[in-house]
Amino acid sequence: MPLGLRDRLGAVLRRTAARLGGRLEQIAGAAGHGADASEAARETADAIEEVLLEADVGVAASERIMAAVRHAGAPRGGLQLRTRVQREMLEILSSPPSAPPAAAAPRVVLVVGVNGTGKTTTVGKLASLLRREGCRPLICAADTFRAAAIDQLAVWADRAGVDLVKARPGADPAAVVFDAVEAARARGRDVVLVDTAGRLHTRADLMAELEKIGRVASRAVPGAPHEVLLALDATVGQNGLTQARQFFDHAGVTGIVLTKIDGTAKGGIAVAIACELGLPIRYVGIGEALDDLLPFAAEAYVDALFTKAW
Amino acid sequence: MFDVLGNRFRDIFAGIRGEVRLTPAAVESALREIRLALLEADVNFKVVKAFVSRVRDRAVDRAVLDSLTPDQQVVAIVRDELVALFGKQQAGFAAAGRRQRVVLLLGLQGSGKTTTAAKIAHWLSRQGRRALLVSVDIRRPAAIEQLSVLGGQAGLAVHDPQDRESAAGRALSAVELARADGFDTVIVDTAGRLHIDDELMSELEEISAAVDPTDRLYVADAMTGQDAVRSAGEFHRRAAVSGIVLTKMDGDARGGAALSVVAVVGVPIVFSGSGERLEDLELFRPDRMVSRMLGMGDILTLVDRAEQAAAEQQAEQVERRALPDQFTLEDMRRQMTVIGRMGPLDQVLGLIPGMGALGGGAQIDPKGLTRVAAIIDSMTRDERRRPGLMNGSRRKRVARGSGTSVQEVNRLLKQFAQMRQLLKKVQSGAVGRRSQARRLRQRMRIPGALAP
Ligand SMILES: Nc1nc2c(ncn2[C@@H]2O[C@H](COP(=O)(O)OP(=O)(O)OP(=O)(O)O)[C@@H](O)[C@H]2O)c(=O)[nH]1
Ligand SMILES: [Mg+2]
Repeated sequence: MPLGLRDRLGAVLRRTAARLGGRLEQIAGAAGHGADASEAARETADAIEEVLLEADVGVAASERIMAAVRHAGAPRGGLQLRTRVQREMLEILSSPPSAPPAAAAPRVVLVVGVNGTGKTTTVGKLASLLRREGCRPLICAADTFRAAAIDQLAVWADRAGVDLVKARPGADPAAVVFDAVEAARARGRDVVLVDTAGRLHTRADLMAELEKIGRVASRAVPGAPHEVLLALDATVGQNGLTQARQFFDHAGVTGIVLTKIDGTAKGGIAVAIACELGLPIRYVGIGEALDDLLPFAAEAYVDALFTKAW
Repeated sequence: MFDVLGNRFRDIFAGIRGEVRLTPAAVESALREIRLALLEADVNFKVVKAFVSRVRDRAVDRAVLDSLTPDQQVVAIVRDELVALFGKQQAGFAAAGRRQRVVLLLGLQGSGKTTTAAKIAHWLSRQGRRALLVSVDIRRPAAIEQLSVLGGQAGLAVHDPQDRESAAGRALSAVELARADGFDTVIVDTAGRLHIDDELMSELEEISAAVDPTDRLYVADAMTGQDAVRSAGEFHRRAAVSGIVLTKMDGDARGGAALSVVAVVGVPIVFSGSGERLEDLELFRPDRMVSRMLGMGDILTLVDRAEQAAAEQQAEQVERRALPDQFTLEDMRRQMTVIGRMGPLDQVLGLIPGMGALGGGAQIDPKGLTRVAAIIDSMTRDERRRPGLMNGSRRKRVARGSGTSVQEVNRLLKQFAQMRQLLKKVQSGAVGRRSQARRLRQRMRIPGALAP
């Protein structure tokens, strides 16, 4: 794992990390002095649960983590307790190594999500990241609905130094995607990054529109979309799980981009999603600048989340 | 949105309901469920703790335990305490005290400030007020343009001073222009920012100092999790928030964060946003929200919207048609036009008491309304009046005539039958409260509610 990643993630999470790990250590310390051992164990469990719930991990995933901790027997101290929670979280977040990127030319990546989660920004940052990795991406403006969405994306395309394929506001988003694929082929680009309009997962009509985009894309390149990234705001609560489920069902989401992790939210909902749907976190957004997107690495993330001494 | 919480509560109380006398143990198990329900709804865990202990104190009271209707008493306590958490303050704007109102919208990135700014301007204009919009988001690409486009589409006044570079300068320019041109309100859309971004939080203070806002509205996403309390608290500390606007309420988030923010920060929720259209802004009503959380349906909101929509057009026609035995697809078609004006249909149906309990929420796609209309239009008068006539070959003909498919025709006929069924139940009081259902019927003549 690149050292730079751990450092930057660590720096971003520094504010919140101490709170998570530190509190776990205190908990076990205090509970260890309880008169009644089973009472102490219950208090410890409650306290761990609170730490996890406060991070938006949710009731179900918290229970899984706590069960694993319990299963390992009474912890000998705070440090051991923390290590166990950490290990279980890592277990949940670690996903099998992703398949090598499809050989398709071009590869089509859709970025989807509810309103305001950071899709457009992510597309811009991802274009820049891929370029740095030696790819030749092209950006497609398939949010033809929201006011000034295309202009916003144009600024990002400019910043990232990549081409933008767009249509006029109100145009059929699927048609723009088709055009973008053609353009990518003609210009020898290997990845098409598609910015889609924000939509609530409860809107059947808008979810159907995403399905259509997928269908049309697959007509343009076999196997497209090759990747569907769900932009998920790190501050989102338990509804994030519902979002993931719906976008998974309707748009075939393959991975999560956890955005705005530079705030104080810990993004624990991603743990719930990984636990329940097995969807991997692919990237994390740590700010609004061009290079503020990092490939996700479970170990670095969990480490940063729990490491106390910064 | 709060429906799932409502369902949870319904289950919990269905469990209690069987018992003649409430035992302390039963109260305890109900409280555990309530705690989980609130946590899953994203209510802050500290708020949950305090809430549960308050409910426990009141619920284990002898008088409650010994009463003949302990379940209802516990519901009443939960309800009271939830209402108490939301507070009693009035929604909407408080009197400005002086002539010009300056509204500052602030909050995290992506919470919905720009859309809310335009919605509030639209809301004010419908009250005969003149609002001037200005974006001071000089950071996010095309943010200023977004507000201009939104305003332009809706005929709202937007100021975009080319000569001012700072956020405070732009805000001040709008206030000056408003004074000169007779706008009674200025709405300032600020850039989204993190509460821990010291530099940007200072910018907010600068803007405030420049224009001395009468209202500082914190725009919060209803889907926010546990961190809501921390960010709202910090915005409040730096910018003295005067009210909260809750956005994206048309989703299915349980919205517990809203409750926590109000409880912790202590300012009222003044508006709620429930869609991407400018009309999708409502005054926040805590009592209604609590009813909804408890699964009683937000009948009053529905009636409000029905009145609004019906007033605009066709109300009279619909009234006249509303004879119970004569309810047909023709009426359904006409009423759909009215309902269409109230907002997405599934959203409207979700507000009807009992619909939540019937599960799943009605899956009706707003775009589908036009297809439904086309299908009904392709039927003969007889068919519209007697859907029973629709055999296979008639269905095929109608599908061809309306440019739809037989499946769609089938689906419509099935939905029509289901709606009749469902609303018959509402009418008979089998689900939902009788008086509410009656009022609903009187006000809006939902299809099927009229069926015998
Ligand atoms: N602090 C921070 N802000 C971010 C991050 N990613 C996006 N944002 C900000 O979040 C806001 C919304 O981002 P957009 O990229 O416009 O979100 P979107 O999902 O495209 O929004 P819609 O298209 O309107 O649904 C903007 O102000 C972004 O600058 C991040 O990782 N950290
Ligand atoms: Mg966007």
